[in-house]
Order: sequence, then C-alpha cells, then structure tokens
Amino acid sequence: MKPVQDRVAALRPSVAGAVGSSLAPFALALGLAVVMDAVIGPAVGATWSKILLDVGIAIVLAGSLNVVNGYAGQFSIGHAGFMLVGGYAAVWLTFYGSVLWFGTKAPIPGFLGSGQLLFLGSCVLGGLVASLFGLLVGLPSLRLRGDYLAIVTLGFGEIVRVLGQLTARQPKSIAAIKGRSMAELANNLGGAEGFSQVPGYTTLFSVYVFAFVLLVLVYRLKYSSKGRALLAVRENEIAAEAMGVDTTRSKVVAFVFAAFFAGIGGAIYAHQVGALDPKELGFQKSIDLVIIVVIGGMGSITGIVIGASILVILPEVFRQFSDYRMIAYALALIVVMILRPQGIMGVKELWETTWWRRRMSALTALMARRKR
Amino acid sequence: MSDLLQTTINTLAVGGLYALIALGYTLVYGILRFINFAHSDIVSWGGWLAFTIASAAGWLATGHSPVFAMPIVLLLTMVICSVLGVTIERLAYRPLRKAPRLNVLITAIGVSLFLQNVGLLDRFFGNRPATMSALLPNDVLATFGGVHLRVYDTLTIVLTVVLVLVLERVIYGTRLGRAMRAVSFDERTAGLMGINVNSIVTVTFAIGSALAAAGGILFALRNDLRQTADASWVLLGLKAFVAAVVGGIGNVRGAATGALLIAFVEVFVHRYVTQAFPDTPWVGQLQDIYVFGILILVLLFKPSGLLGKAVVEKV
Amino acid sequence: MTVALNVTDVSLAFGGLKAVSSFSLALPSGGLHGLIGPNGAGKTTLFNLLTGVYRPDTGRIELGDQRIDGKKPSQIAAMGMARTFQNIRLFGELSVIDNVRTAAGLRTKSGLFRTLFRTPMHVAEERAITQRSLELLDVLEITHRKDEQAKGLPYGDQRRLEIARALATEPRVLLLDEPVAGMNTQEKRDMRKLIQSLPDQFGISILLIEHDMGLVMDICEDITVIDHGVTIARGAPTAIQNDPAVIEAYLGVPDESVAVADDALPAAT
Repeated sequence: MKPVQDRVAALRPSVAGAVGSSLAPFALALGLAVVMDAVIGPAVGATWSKILLDVGIAIVLAGSLNVVNGYAGQFSIGHAGFMLVGGYAAVWLTFYGSVLWFGTKAPIPGFLGSGQLLFLGSCVLGGLVASLFGLLVGLPSLRLRGDYLAIVTLGFGEIVRVLGQLTARQPKSIAAIKGRSMAELANNLGGAEGFSQVPGYTTLFSVYVFAFVLLVLVYRLKYSSKGRALLAVRENEIAAEAMGVDTTRSKVVAFVFAAFFAGIGGAIYAHQVGALDPKELGFQKSIDLVIIVVIGGMGSITGIVIGASILVILPEVFRQFSDYRMIAYALALIVVMILRPQGIMGVKELWETTWWRRRMSALTALMARRKR
Repeated sequence: MSDLLQTTINTLAVGGLYALIALGYTLVYGILRFINFAHSDIVSWGGWLAFTIASAAGWLATGHSPVFAMPIVLLLTMVICSVLGVTIERLAYRPLRKAPRLNVLITAIGVSLFLQNVGLLDRFFGNRPATMSALLPNDVLATFGGVHLRVYDTLTIVLTVVLVLVLERVIYGTRLGRAMRAVSFDERTAGLMGINVNSIVTVTFAIGSALAAAGGILFALRNDLRQTADASWVLLGLKAFVAAVVGGIGNVRGAATGALLIAFVEVFVHRYVTQAFPDTPWVGQLQDIYVFGILILVLLFKPSGLLGKAVVEKV
Repeated sequence: MTVALNVTDVSLAFGGLKAVSSFSLALPSGGLHGLIGPNGAGKTTLFNLLTGVYRPDTGRIELGDQRIDGKKPSQIAAMGMARTFQNIRLFGELSVIDNVRTAAGLRTKSGLFRTLFRTPMHVAEERAITQRSLELLDVLEITHRKDEQAKGLPYGDQRRLEIARALATEPRVLLLDEPVAGMNTQEKRDMRKLIQSLPDQFGISILLIEHDMGLVMDICEDITVIDHGVTIARGAPTAIQNDPAVIEAYLGVPDESVAVADDALPAAT
C-alpha cells in the first residue's frame, strides 16, 4: 500500500484552483463584513447594532478559546489575560501613537486613512503580543496535565491583571504626552484606574472582518490533520502520542493561535468600550468565555456562534429583571450542565446533526416533488 | 525583635485562616478530583450568616455581647453551612459525578454565581457592607516584649490548630477517615469494597463547608463584611486554593503547609521587601503576585505540591 | 536477514519492583514474533518501554539502525514503530475514518500556515491521507462503518480500527497488544488470517502479545515467554509448548505437601 507521500504528487490541485479556493472565503468574509456594516447595522438600529457588535467580539474571543478548550480539550481559564495583554499593546499604539504622530486624541476619520490603519496595526500588534504570552502559557503544558495546566492559566490571568494595575498613570493631555517617546510611555498603561479615552475605531465592519476570518480559520483547522491532531489530544492523549502527534507542540500551537485572536479581541473590545480596565478583564471575564464555549458545545464552530449569540443577547433581554437576572442565569447554567452536558451542539457542527440531515432530506424530497 | 514576633503572629493567624478554607478545597478535590469554585461563597455566606444570627440575637449592639455569644454563633453557622454545602453537592454536583470535569467546573461556577447574587438580595444579606466586631471585640489579651496578642489572632490560631488536629485524627485514625482516603485513591474500587461513596462525599462536603464557615467568620471579624459578590471573597478563596495546590492538593497536611507558606510570603516577605525598598511605591502592591508566583513555581517544578504524591496513569 | 527491532538487555524497575529484567530480542524483518506469559508478567510494560512511554533503566533499543530508547513516543512513532493498546484507546468521539486519518497525518509535512491557507501541498496531502485511510479501512474490513463514531463500534471492530490506525502511521514494526482479547471464535479466526497477512502486505515486522495460545502457536514463528519480568523461554511454538519452565509458570508445580488422591492427578502422558 502506497505511503502518503508517494501519492501527494498525483493529487495536487491546479495552482489557480487552489489559490482561488484558498482566498475566496476571505473575500467572502470581507464582503459579509461590509454587508454587516453598511446594510444590517443601519437596518436594525443603534441598540441592536451594539448587541451585534458584542456578539461579534464574543465570537472572536470564544471562537479562539474553542481551539484550546474545545479542540485540544485543555482547560484554559485565563483567556481574558490574553485580551488584556493584547488590549494594552493596542491602546498604547493607538492612543499614544495618535498623539505623537498625528497630534490628536480623537479618532481620525477616513476609510483606510491613517486612523483606521493605526487601528488595524494596533489590533495586529495586540494579537502578536498576546501570542507571545500564549507561548509562555502553553509551554508548561510539557510537564502539566489537566487541572494543573488550568491552574497555570488561572494564575496567568490573575498575574496579568495585577501587573496591569501596577502600571503607571496614563497622561491624558496632549501636552503631557508630547515630548515623551513611545518606549517611555510603554509603562503608562493606566494602573488601577485603567486606560481611558481610547478612540472609538471599532465598527461592525472591523469586528466582523475579524469574526468571519476567525470562523474561516477555525473551520479549516478543524477539518485538517492539524485539527484532528488536536482533537486526538483531547480524546486520548496517550494514544495521540503513540500515533505520532507531538502533544506538547500541539497544545502550544493551540495556545498561541488562541492567544493571538484573544489579543485582537482585546484590542477591538478596548476600542469599542473606549477604555481598558484590568478589573473588567479578570477571572470573571475568562469564565464568561468558558461558559460560551461549554454551552455552545466544545469543539463546535456553529456551537460557538450560537452560544455567543445567546449569552450576549439573553442578558440584554433579561435586563428588566435586574436583581433576579443573574440568579436566573446561574440556575440556567446549572440546569444546562446537568441536563445537556455536551452543550447545545456537542462537538458536531450544525450540518452534521441528525436534526439538520432530516430537514435537508425532507427539503430535497420536497423540491424533487415540485419539479415533477 | 518585637516586630519580628508581631509579624510571626500575624503570619500564623493569616495562615490559619487560609488553612481552614484550603482544607475544604483539598478535601473535595481529593475525593472528587474537582475544584469547587463555589467554596469561597460558602466562606462568604459563613461570615454573613454569623452576622445575621448575631444581629438577630441582639449581640451586635456594643456592650451587649455575652461571652457565650461567639461560640454559639460559630457553632450554629458551621452547622448551617455544613447543611448548605451538603445540599449543593446533592442537587448540583452529584448528577454530574460521571460527567467530564469541565462541566462540573461550570456547574460550580453557576452555584457560585447563584450564591453571590442571592446573597445580594435585600431579603438575604443585602448590597451593603457590614461589620461584626461588636460580637467579639479585638482586645489585647496579653503583651510581652512590646508584642500585643489580640483576640482575633489568638482565636484564629487556636481554632485552626484544634480543627486541623481533629481533622488529622479523623482522617488518619478512624474508619471514616480510612474510607475517605480509600475513596480519594480509587472511587470505583472503594465502592466495590462496600464503602458508601455517596455518604463519604456528603461527609467531605459537610466538613469542608463547616471549616469554610469558620474561616469566613474569622475573616469577617478581621476585615469587616463586604457584600457576597465582592471581589475580596473571590480573592480570599483563590489564595486559599493556591495554598491547597502548593501544599499538595488532596492532602490535608499539605493544605496546612501550603497555607502557612502563602501566609508567610504574603505577610513576612511583603513586610520585609517593603522595608527594604521604601521608595518604590508599587513594591507594596506585590502580595498577590508573590502568591501566584509561588503557584507557578510550584506547578513547574513540583506539580503535585510540596507534600503531594504524583499520580501515575496506567497506559 | 535484517533485524527490524533489536532489544538488548533492557530493564525497568518501579521502586523495588523489577518489572522487566534484562530483556533481549532480535525481531527479524518481516517476522511475526509472539510474546506470552501469565498476567502481570510485564508484557505490556515491555511494549511501553519499546514505544517510549517508559524509559529503560538499562539496555538499548534499536529500530533498524536507529537508537530509540529515551525518545518520546511521538518521535518513536515517527521513526516507524506503531502499537495497539490492550485496553482500547480509540479517539472515541471522532469517526472511524478520522481515527485513521489522524494517525496518517504523521506522514504529512504541512504546517499551521499551509493548513490555514489551504495551499496546494496541503490539499494534496489531505487527499492522500483520505485515500490511504480508506484503503486501510478496506483491508481491515470496516469500511461500512467509516462515518460512525468510534466509541459506538462493536468490540471486534474497535480492535480492527486500532490496527488500521496503527498501520496508518506507516510503521516498520507493529506491536499488537492482545488484538483478539474478548473476541468470539469466528472473529478470532478472521483476525488470525488478517494478522498473518500483514507482514507481507505491508512489509512490516510484528511483535504480538496474546493470551490465546491457539492463535499464538498457530501464527507466530518464534515465541518469547516472560514471567515476572524475566525471559524464561524462547523458541519455536512446539518447543515452547513442551518447555517445563513455561508449564510451571502458567500452571504451577504440584504441591507435595497437600495430600491428593492418586486418581485426582491427570495421568502422565
């Protein structure tokens, strides 16, 4: 029986076809993001636009966490730490950069103008810085399993929060900032008060570009050898190792990937809220994200989207019940875990469920009958 | 010298506090391999229940607190929290005994949120801080060499020592304790050997919750009562949890050792570092970092904890 | 005759317990060698030593001309040694074909970037993996279950899947740990034929742990018997069957101190 590498040459797709199918989903993502921003946003009004924005950010955050918790089956309960780290890097670049290079604190308008480019750059920077920390957090997985790795992630989240609260004050006036260098200002991240006056560059477009791109990437990851290797680590680590999967490396890669997008998530979060408060991005936030992943279904991409939507929209719907809202939420959590531990989707995607398959075959049968 | 002594007493008291709470984490983890995130909320409820009982009995008006007030409040609260812990286990955790561990973790978080928010309701403990110092004034019991021995510190140390010794005796010297240890080694086999695993789990939660209540009361006396949803309870629980892990989770002596170590770092190291660097303001804020730093160090070099034993998985 | 797997003087002790003592073995290329012994003899421990789960205290292990002792299991798998597990360790939630594809992924070279951007090489490798995985499922006769969840498979098919998965890593040496445990007679007969065909079909050498003596004696060219970590016999099946040390290890020696009626003992043949 021919080895895999001996078959590869004969199975190569055409370069044009491959490039096309490689990039098409990204073009689609861009297009959908434009639709989100230009059509759906105005159509649903301000309140729902804000909710959609939050859902988008939640998708980026939970979708990335899903790679570590869902695919690789690790317990990462410090994801907000990556958000915070990425957020800090991003606001440092946007706020101080804007003042030092463009002389203003306000958002600079213009499609793909200096303002938006600065914002885009800060998101990428946030992702890169966070992924460095992802590497740091993932490395202990060489020696630690399960609960112990979870505790390290918890510790990481707390340490980042505490360190953030120890940074220096944020000078807010343009005069105070000019005359200092970006390097000097790297420690002026707001301390316990947090960082404020962050220019509001986040739009439906930017959020959904990142959200849709992330969805494409995690989809491709899941249905590939690298993704299956992660799932194998989750299912049976010892067997995975015996089948040649370098489990430590896989976990580290998962952490780095997840941290990158969490960093971007932190950046867009900061530029939407207008501030970055370390107290807001501590253990509680990490747990909120874990809840989305578990409720949606660990390892399921559609599950994440559903979970993010429910867990962002529901609190808004229940706002009126204020006091009892959190109690209802807590009870709901407990009940769902008892009655449906695999979450809404489990590890399956929507199109893999029997429910969907039945609807689809009923639909095709209906259409076949119509044709006659 | 007196400064050193005072700091030592302080360390022992804080250590005792952490130990009482850490024991609850370590006992439950030892039996069920599960980090009970709702444990810190039993602690906060312990503090608040004590407050409620004391104020209902009229013992919080100054000068109206009889000597027997504190012991009664302590005992009563420990019993109530025991029942609370057992009920939670029965309703929320037992159905998930066979489920993947992340799920029970989420349930624990749900329970935690539930306890926090119910505690905030006006019909329960309300949304405002309170103080319980009237129940037991923090008088100076004795002074020697310039060092004051106060009621709270003494009570904490004595209570902790007594409770830990009793627990040690139970776990290592009684049939019940042997059964508990058996379940923590291998739940299934223990069950097959005739041990009623459910009863053992119930007892474990009862003990852990009672100790948590004691810890909560002592914490509330020293630091005043913040609302149930306040971050101070979470941080307290987190540090006690770190103590349990550092000492070797699943291990009673480990919890006590870890608690002392964490307290040592928090109080002792902090004090001497701030004295060594008086001009650097942020040096005084580093306690939390020390605690988590020790956690990371221990996990990297001896993950089973200082007194823990590594568990080998059969291939 | 080349040696596919050369084990020299390997020992492992757990604290005071000597699990494996001075084990040696030269597995010839294309050979089918059996490893038997009473329960707790150290057979699976030996497999764990060979595959890198444990590190030997002494000795050396060579796969072909490469030294493998001290290496990680994933490295050893990459170098060409695969195994199945005594207590089945499938990737339960994954489908049958995905179990095999995961293992086949060992022989791909695409990294994360190529994966995320679906480069031509990545697409080709994924197609190749699927192709080979389907062929393996065919050989193991479980193609009809390819999309089912592994954990829902009947027991016999689970064992077959374990073998398919191990073969997907393109090994030179395959370690089978009790491949027919718990199977009925018909299933065992089918597996017997299958295992016998593997060395020729895949160009591999096999080391087999089994308790089913009939199967072992039938298909193995050479058998090693170990008890309490010590090799007590080695040779062709017929020699092993009559070796007194082997019989003693499995059945024990009649105890003279216990008075037994003469007609209770089996007649000596």
